[in-house]
Amino acid sequence: MSKNRGRLLQGNEAIVLGALAAGCNFYAGYPITPSSEIMELMSRELPLRDDMFIQMEDEIASLGACIGASLAGRKSMTATSGPGFSLMQENLGYACMAEVPVVVVNVMRMGPSTGMATNVAQGDVQQARWGTHGDHPAIVLCPATVPECFELIVTAFNHSERFRTPVILLMDEMVAHTREKVMLPDPGDVEIIDRRRPTVPPDWYVPYKTDGSLIPNLADLGQGYRYHVTGMTHDERGFPTRRADEAGPFYTRLFAKISRQFGYIEQVKEFQVEDAEIVVITYGCTARSALAAVRLARENGIKLGLLQLLSIWPFPRRAVTHALTDRKAAIVAELNLGQLRREVLRVNGGRTTVLGLNKMDGTMITPEEILNRLREAK
Amino acid sequence: MSQQENRSILYDWLRHDKKFPHVWCPGCGLGILLASTVRAFVESGLTKDDVVLVSGIGCSGRLPVYVDVGSVHTTHGRALTFATGIKLARPHLNVIAVMGDGDAMAIGGNHLIHAARRNLDLCAIIVNNSTYGMTGGQYSPTTPIGSKAATAFYGHIEPGFDTSSLCAAAGAAFVARTTVYHVNQMDKLLVQAMAKRGFSVVEVLSPCYTNFGRQNRMGSHLEMMKQFKASGVVVDRWEKMTESERAGRFPIGVLVDRDLPGYLDAYKGMCETAKRLRAEGKI
Repeated sequence: MSKNRGRLLQGNEAIVLGALAAGCNFYAGYPITPSSEIMELMSRELPLRDDMFIQMEDEIASLGACIGASLAGRKSMTATSGPGFSLMQENLGYACMAEVPVVVVNVMRMGPSTGMATNVAQGDVQQARWGTHGDHPAIVLCPATVPECFELIVTAFNHSERFRTPVILLMDEMVAHTREKVMLPDPGDVEIIDRRRPTVPPDWYVPYKTDGSLIPNLADLGQGYRYHVTGMTHDERGFPTRRADEAGPFYTRLFAKISRQFGYIEQVKEFQVEDAEIVVITYGCTARSALAAVRLARENGIKLGLLQLLSIWPFPRRAVTHALTDRKAAIVAELNLGQLRREVLRVNGGRTTVLGLNKMDGTMITPEEILNRLREAK
Repeated sequence: MSQQENRSILYDWLRHDKKFPHVWCPGCGLGILLASTVRAFVESGLTKDDVVLVSGIGCSGRLPVYVDVGSVHTTHGRALTFATGIKLARPHLNVIAVMGDGDAMAIGGNHLIHAARRNLDLCAIIVNNSTYGMTGGQYSPTTPIGSKAATAFYGHIEPGFDTSSLCAAAGAAFVARTTVYHVNQMDKLLVQAMAKRGFSVVEVLSPCYTNFGRQNRMGSHLEMMKQFKASGVVVDRWEKMTESERAGRFPIGVLVDRDLPGYLDAYKGMCETAKRLRAEGKI
């Protein structure tokens, strides 16, 4: 890493710089607080590179344009917040189904509905997983710091390209608007993964036929490989099918291409978990308070640890199991009424006592509140 | 074009690995449009790799799957949003969106007017059959007032949209209307629309006997075609007609053809401005 690449950046700005470093060359969006800075900065940066930026008429159109551009070979992304994210759900399902790489940033704000548009919340954890209709796989990443915004948006693009699936970057208002120092890597130091293109001539091409990776090598539109893309359940050639013997294997593959790689996608950070008697499990801005709480607790001789989830979906089962095993208790802290706690309870299986620390008033959970909950846990 | 030529063009451009017959009912106009679209590609001198056909959901949504070009069957009402992304990503492609009246005017109405306003170089074909055919004949934004529909048992109480006028008002560079009865005109209008720089719309009136004609006792699909023949009036003649002569009829042909600044040219200009400001150290 060269010198003088340290920059004071807002989370939203780090998202843009990270996305550009990852190769993003198409952005379509619609203004919404607290994500608008991402679109504003994109509107300045992309024309400088002869790349495409467009403000669409709504969030549905934004994701539609991103999917279209991605099918034509662009690395595309959009950013939004709660209400806009709800509008994107149908096209998000389309991207899963047609296996189109696309990155969606959702800066979480207080909801439901208009809620408190400028206040922090973490209420979209389950929407990010289950928002679109029908059963489907999901990859959702969640940064807690501005440097993590940069790193995870790069990861989001890489996962989306590699697995040919939409990837959601779940931020919250606090992380989006906090300014921190970020050491920007040299362009050559950023690992970039590009989608695989066809390796056979057009005559032999079967678009949705896969090898051992279970990931199809879809061609960019207009490159001599003519095939059909549809949101309908389709066969290997991409044509709609209602045959059970084709539909079943299709859905199995759609899940397996990602579930086989859970270990590769799982991403967590542990802070003093090894000897911890109690572990806080959290993500996003709440992880910042939890880290402060760990320091305060340790100063007072309490063995508190922190498990910060950077990938929320697929749920990092192994790391969470480790954080629950041989502990007095675990506290799941989050700015909702227990959306992630359900998952922790699911993997807990009686290992330890799982407590929730939940808040929904538009403010952050403080380190003191975590310490207070700790006293109740002991 | 001889019948032989027509057949050989269709044979060349339709997908051989796609199972026929197609999904449409007997008497549907979509097959006629399918063939007309293919002839227009050939007439325009396009190759299969120059074209991307995009559609939404509904009977018209199934059209692209039969044509041996890049084809994208998107979500309901969103064909133009996907088409916008494709065109911006690869401006050299000829991107054509095929939509139904419910698709383009109801659920996708917002996208339609903004695509027309933006004037990106796309061609929109709106197949207007006055009903939601695929779902069983519910009323659409173009169902005539007083008609019966699966959701208008007592007669439809809402006035319908005039699709072409709406597109013209929203700023489209080219707007034309035709019917599947007027095949030769449809061929020519599609060629013109594909060649037009800017957002072009061709509204194609098409019969849905199964789910609109039967409910409204229109006789047969043949009777509906005869109705198109009787009520479609070419623009030149339409302009000379009196108000009473116009009753129950509609103009067909080119309704709007104007040169407007295109989106892609404007975007290119913006990129140049941005780079100049950066070079001058102003940003």
